[in-house]
Amino acid sequence: MDYRSILKELVSVSAVSGFEKQSVDKIKCLMEDICDEVTIDKFFNVIAFKKGVGINKKKLLICAHYDEIGFLVKSIDKNGFLKLTNMGGFDPKILLAQEVIIHGKSDIVGIIGAKPPHLLKPEETKKSVKLQDLAVDTGLSETEIRDIVTIGDVVTLKVPFMELLGDKISTKSMDNRCGVAALIGILDSLKDKSIEHDLYVVATVQEEVGLRGAEVMAYNIFPDAAIVIDACHGDMPDCQKDDVFPLGKGPAIGIGPNLHKRLTGRIIEAAVNLEIPHQTDVEPEDTGTEAWAIQVSRSGIATALVSIPTRYMHTGIETISISDIESTVKLVTKFISDLDAGLEGIL
Amino acid sequence: MIIKELTEINGISGSEDNVRKYIIEKIKDFADEITVDSIGNIIALKRGNSNKSKVMLSAHMDEVGLMVTGYSDGMIKFKPVGGIDERILPGKRVLIGDNAIPGIIGIKPIHMQERDDRGNNIKLKSMYIDIGAENKEEAQLKAPLGEYIAFLSEYTELGNDCIKAKALDDRVGCAILIEALKYRYEFDLYACFTVQEEVGLRGARVAAYSVKPDIAFVLEGTTCSDVPGVEEHSYSTLLGGGAALTIMDRTSYGDKALVDFLFSLAQINGIKVQFKKTTTGGNDAGKIQMSGTGVKIAAISVPCRYIHSPVSVMNKNDFKACQKLILKALNELNDEKCFNGFAMINGGGNINV
Amino acid sequence: MFDLIKNLTGKFGVSGNEEDVRDFIKGQIANHVDSIKVDALGNLIATKNGKGKRIMAIAHMDEIGVMATFIEESGFIRFSNIGWVWQYYALGQRIRFKNGTTGVIHYEEKVDDMKNLKLGNMYIDIGASSREDAMKKVGIGDTAAFIGEAMLEGEMIISKALDDRSGCAVLIKTIQNLPFTDNELIFVFSVQEELGLRGARTAAYGVMPDLAIAVDVTLTGDTPECKPMEVKCGKGPAIKIKDSSVLCHPEVKTLLVESAKKIDIPYQFEILESGGSDPGAIHITAGGVPSGAISIPCRYTHSPSEMVSIRDVENAVRLLTESIASIVL
Repeated sequence: MDYRSILKELVSVSAVSGFEKQSVDKIKCLMEDICDEVTIDKFFNVIAFKKGVGINKKKLLICAHYDEIGFLVKSIDKNGFLKLTNMGGFDPKILLAQEVIIHGKSDIVGIIGAKPPHLLKPEETKKSVKLQDLAVDTGLSETEIRDIVTIGDVVTLKVPFMELLGDKISTKSMDNRCGVAALIGILDSLKDKSIEHDLYVVATVQEEVGLRGAEVMAYNIFPDAAIVIDACHGDMPDCQKDDVFPLGKGPAIGIGPNLHKRLTGRIIEAAVNLEIPHQTDVEPEDTGTEAWAIQVSRSGIATALVSIPTRYMHTGIETISISDIESTVKLVTKFISDLDAGLEGIL
Repeated sequence: MIIKELTEINGISGSEDNVRKYIIEKIKDFADEITVDSIGNIIALKRGNSNKSKVMLSAHMDEVGLMVTGYSDGMIKFKPVGGIDERILPGKRVLIGDNAIPGIIGIKPIHMQERDDRGNNIKLKSMYIDIGAENKEEAQLKAPLGEYIAFLSEYTELGNDCIKAKALDDRVGCAILIEALKYRYEFDLYACFTVQEEVGLRGARVAAYSVKPDIAFVLEGTTCSDVPGVEEHSYSTLLGGGAALTIMDRTSYGDKALVDFLFSLAQINGIKVQFKKTTTGGNDAGKIQMSGTGVKIAAISVPCRYIHSPVSVMNKNDFKACQKLILKALNELNDEKCFNGFAMINGGGNINV
Repeated sequence: MFDLIKNLTGKFGVSGNEEDVRDFIKGQIANHVDSIKVDALGNLIATKNGKGKRIMAIAHMDEIGVMATFIEESGFIRFSNIGWVWQYYALGQRIRFKNGTTGVIHYEEKVDDMKNLKLGNMYIDIGASSREDAMKKVGIGDTAAFIGEAMLEGEMIISKALDDRSGCAVLIKTIQNLPFTDNELIFVFSVQEELGLRGARTAAYGVMPDLAIAVDVTLTGDTPECKPMEVKCGKGPAIKIKDSSVLCHPEVKTLLVESAKKIDIPYQFEILESGGSDPGAIHITAGGVPSGAISIPCRYTHSPSEMVSIRDVENAVRLLTESIASIVL
């Protein structure tokens, strides 16, 4: 599976939280030939279904969110500069000297510049910049821009797809397009196989603003067990080493109150038996992922979390290692294909 | 004594197994049906004589604690599970995992602290637990990643009426539920021993969805700050002041009629009762009230000083008052007219237009 | 419209204690709907039957206030907030308990720097001489609302509780002049929004509509040196794009925009960076409900002197009426 190309395709569409509608077809396209059926729900969760053949079959769910953080146009001033509001958590510091795309009636390029240093007041040099102080310059006048752009239009970062040394990729939205790429890899690996249980593979929406797509989707599908694939922090200098995971050493499997002990235990067992590189992610409370919403849906769902290490999260330079996607796909695929009838000993 | 046994079991949020085992053993002879759901709640049903309506009692099995998150040579790094005042941690004793490996939360002797630092609190990320391991491998073997860590604290009688123990929040509630299951009522009684309350009222949400009660009572331990250095209006509850009724907290607003009913019942029966006088904090009532089309709830709590620490203190009379009050209330609710006065059976009444 | 709003805002309805508002609203709408019920939390749910889509319109009845938590020996009363109460708005204000007792909120004079002003170092004075004297009128747990009688100044209504009695007024007027439609219309007057969108969640679970539209107030960016925001009083009802609890469903947004254009009323877009509203709870209830909102621009929200333009409220009625009739999803 050429994950490089899949990732390139996935990041070529913008799917800012709440505005995923325009990317739905791209995701559907990537999934429809490798499963039985793809449906889209009212909130634009993309649901791929593969029927199971077992007699006492259960419902399994694997999900990864496809929404990304971004911005909306908040206001247009009389000189044509735009002010933005953020959608999802973002560090405004990285926006200085950053290019963006404004998705109005057509896509136009904008620049978020910085005030020249010699004009900064002393307190401005000490404190970091706030989003409300930044403005997007399109080179257009107010009237020109109001023809193309309205309040509420989506703005995304304009960044290249960079290939670093090894198999590392650096671009925007690796959180969580790497997870979605893994979903596609899993479906592809299973396409010619039959599996015991019904499998729902879902690309979810609105995770970055509050796990909203997952709430809705988990209630509607109500699986017996769920595996969430998301991004976790990759190793970076200056961070507490217990909180980050080296790239290339495999996905981090979550343990803690938010995750189902036996389900997680079996996934770890599978990784060990198959000698798939993996790491352990200790989460004492809220994992900050869709597992938090899914675990307590209806009368409860056994939930596990598999995370792909991602450096520089929530910037335009999110960096992952392709081998981690491959390990994730291998692990989850093998785990699903080998699951016994009735999920004995797990549920 | 049941409180001694319950509080001495280690059961941190997400690792309530030992508490669950103990409770199931205690209730198996008088609950009609016991289920354990996917998140680990015990839902114990005592079928009613007339079986037309449902009352849910809720108490959580989990306590706050710590979790192994890493190693620094032979020392163990950890994070809290649930809300703990980090200032209390240095110098305390803990037990790790099912094997109860003893450990201590180390602290630099004051002689070695920088003069400027002596007045500062120690940051969590510099704390560590010493189990006497020689190196990381030994530490990892005895205390693997993710292992739960509980405070070491023995149940102790204090003064004439008080006791000190860890986890009074909410093993006191569990003890009351166990007692309530011994009787049969007109309605179906669901005694729900929930999990993971301390990390976000997690189990209660799931239990309430499954049970779909008409009325629910939460039995809890609650803050009691009647100690030196606190202004009187911030005490919240008084130790020895009786069963504490919550009017409103951060997660729920008690059903007014239900709270008034409990208060009057206490007064008529000479049960000491007080209102919780602050609106901070939250408990399972928050999730239960919001379940489905809404549930009428009220919380009855045992005041606990130094809650969420290894040395929480309660007055035995307050505990008895809570138990007596809920049993009286359940008895009153046996009367159909009384019950119908509160419950919105089947999701709501209709007013003719 | 002003008289309706004056009546509504004059009623006592602090979160958790919405009875008086509910009774008043019942009287206003009883003859115009097919059924009314009150659910476990106290939401008022009024239905106009229909075979088409199930549409829910919602406004919350509750207002912010304070609760008496402790009575000093001296007769002064300590309190807690119900909903978000800004201490600087509360300072020096008059309040009225449900039983009519009035009082004033003041602060401990030993607070030397106003930056340290918190509700915890403030108190209510009802002129009692002792705890015993105070307890004749006020008990622990009693709630009080701010005093802020409704006034009309030109086109601007000034009053407490325009959040969200103005929304309730919009629903009432819509109900009293229901458009002809096949849709099943369910109007919910919810409780405890200010405590965390609580009534809306349980109401939505019971109703399970195909679509939901809330009517509530939003902030404005039209006062001196204010936080920048495009919404302005008098420029028409605002169609919500997002707030911190919800990203409005594109289909609902489109419906509202097209309805506004069709009936040729002024409208604007709302992006609220901090603050949530009932659609936040509704849209992720159960299997999800596409939701949106019509927002009434309101200055000084959560103060005893909120301000809205009566024209915006009237246009909100037109917009809601048109939208619920034209939905054919």
